Amino acid sequence: MTDFFFYLFSTIALASAAAVVLSRNTVNAAMFLIVCFLSMASLFVLLEAYFLAVIQVLVYAGAVVVLFLFIIMLLDVREDAKRKLSPFTAGAGLVGFAILVMGIIAVVSSDSIKATSEVLPEPSGASLKAFGNELFTTYLLPMQVTGFLLLVAMIGVIVLSKKLQEPEEQS
Amino acid sequence: MNELLLKITFALIVVVVLMTLCAYSVLAERKVSSWIQGRVGPNRTTLPLIGSLPVIGPMLTRLGIFQPAADGLKFLFKEDVIPGHVNKFYYVLAPIISLIPALTTVTVVPFGHFIYEETGRTIPLVLADIDVGILFLFAVGSLGVYSIVLAGWAANSKYPFLGGIRASAQMISYELAMGLSVLPVFMWVNKPGMEGTLSLYDVVVAQEGLWFAMWMPVSALIFLVSIFAETNRLPFDMAEAETELVGGFHTEYSSFKFGLFFVGEYAHMVVGGAVMTLLFLGGWHPLPFLPWELTGIMGAVVSVLTFLGKSLFFMFLFIWVRWTLPRFRYDQVMRLGWQIMLPLSIANLIAYAIIIYFLDT
Amino acid sequence: MAIILKRKPLNLLEKLYLPQIVAGLSTTLKHMVAPKETMEYPEERPPIPKGYRGVPTLVKDPEGREKCVSCQLCEFVCPPKAIRIIPGEIQDEEHANVEKAPKEFDIDMLRCIYCGMCEEVCPEEAIWLQNQYSMSGYSREEMVNNKEKLYELGGTLPDQHFKWKKKKEAEAAGNAH
Repeated sequence: MTDFFFYLFSTIALASAAAVVLSRNTVNAAMFLIVCFLSMASLFVLLEAYFLAVIQVLVYAGAVVVLFLFIIMLLDVREDAKRKLSPFTAGAGLVGFAILVMGIIAVVSSDSIKATSEVLPEPSGASLKAFGNELFTTYLLPMQVTGFLLLVAMIGVIVLSKKLQEPEEQS
Repeated sequence: MNELLLKITFALIVVVVLMTLCAYSVLAERKVSSWIQGRVGPNRTTLPLIGSLPVIGPMLTRLGIFQPAADGLKFLFKEDVIPGHVNKFYYVLAPIISLIPALTTVTVVPFGHFIYEETGRTIPLVLADIDVGILFLFAVGSLGVYSIVLAGWAANSKYPFLGGIRASAQMISYELAMGLSVLPVFMWVNKPGMEGTLSLYDVVVAQEGLWFAMWMPVSALIFLVSIFAETNRLPFDMAEAETELVGGFHTEYSSFKFGLFFVGEYAHMVVGGAVMTLLFLGGWHPLPFLPWELTGIMGAVVSVLTFLGKSLFFMFLFIWVRWTLPRFRYDQVMRLGWQIMLPLSIANLIAYAIIIYFLDT
Repeated sequence: MAIILKRKPLNLLEKLYLPQIVAGLSTTLKHMVAPKETMEYPEERPPIPKGYRGVPTLVKDPEGREKCVSCQLCEFVCPPKAIRIIPGEIQDEEHANVEKAPKEFDIDMLRCIYCGMCEEVCPEEAIWLQNQYSMSGYSREEMVNNKEKLYELGGTLPDQHFKWKKKKEAEAAGNAH
């Protein structure tokens, strides 16, 4: 039963992720993104990481994609049917894809995955307290770094949007 | 198998009760609004058999008890217009999305408890007592915004579009304050030495003595205001704003699809009131500091009734506020959300973190 | 000279906005329990003031005679030409005081503007705008009040002048003028 659900939701996740990239209509892409996030949340549920699953839905499906949709609607993005890919973009995409594939191969072929799954007695995501403890002791540095990254992004956005206004004030 | 059957029956009962509550909150909305405006409200609809009972019939008719049935039938049998300029798929999808999250959130809302007379073992009356209850509720509830956004976008017309855009911005703004405002409650529920939990049932258990609204009034207030904003109720009804946007996101909808939006909105309100009751008003405890002594069926019934009563008070409050306050301007809504509610909830969180730290040590 | 009224700065309580909301809520609560203004129409009817100009009707005198002598003044004066009269002779000469009475008397209520000029001009006090204010029907024909309908709506005017009766009696007694 669990296997069946795993394959079901993985398929949905992969298919909708592909649809996000392939669909021409931006709103369709955003909706597929939601489907993708929801099926990923279901995968987390199958792993008994309920907290992660719920946070996935709450943050990504509930807030981030709403913002995407908001921007899409506000900018009124047209269906650009025939936009030419610049060779630079295509090249960068290929390089990125190659790196991704290599990364996946490296992770899958190494023994570290199997080793960790045997070390952990039970998934720490199931118990909230254990999860919180892990997050704020063992994984404190990655978490803080991630938070800092978001802060940098936010400051960057503020700086960028401020700069746009300056010429208007001078003229 | 027996267990499954019991669960299904239970779920059906919950859904039926919720839908009935929605239908009758529409009636309550009409009745209370008329009373506040010095009118009498719907008092003509009647059913052939019950309506002709000697004393009760006319009384029920005057109270408009049969009105929801007529309203529902009207929604069912009106012409279902799908305008030619809409995006059909999302246009049909939006009303469905509006109802599904509202009905799904009910699964984690406990509405009473049952204590075995012999053993004293307590089981919560809830469809799914999951560990991350409140987060699940927020997560699924936050999906409700898609119905409005999609409805506004799919209708492909100016006013619904504006409504959709406003709603998306507003809901995200107030979700932050709402999430932060309940943190002190869960910090207290999860104080050191307790098993970590985000379940709504445990919150109610923690309120056997003092209710959270009594010593966390700011949290309660922020949560209440955010609930108003999240359910698009009047001081914050940017998404529909009849006087500005014709009908807002559901301008192009008719018949049953409009009915689904309507029911979804009221279901959100019912659940919002229920959560407010659970988090801050002691759930099914009738009075603070009153130890629970009733056991068995009697205790369960009393707990459910107390809980329902409190939730219904919040329904009344929603309606009452709607017919009292004027709508905020859009920039005022944004200013309130980002410049007042959010800093206030953060300050509140820090203050209670310190207080709880000292209470614990 | 224009007067500039300085708006008073809000004090802290007003800025908080919450006391204001509570005050508003208490106002609406008061209205909620206050007696209702609604008049439930078909059961309750509004009081009709004196001199109300409702649907024009024809009246009879206390002895059951038609007061109208079909002089056609009302037909002449009616601004929207809603009244149509076909004069005729009174058949029952025994009891008649005068010679003429309307053979047909139609008032088209789709035309009538309730101005009351017919009532004002009537030398016989035979046409009255009475209290009935709601006329409805499913067809144009239904909205034309014929003679029977007009008398049915009008009823009897309880005045005791009996102008023509006295004149007839005087004539019979031989002192007509």
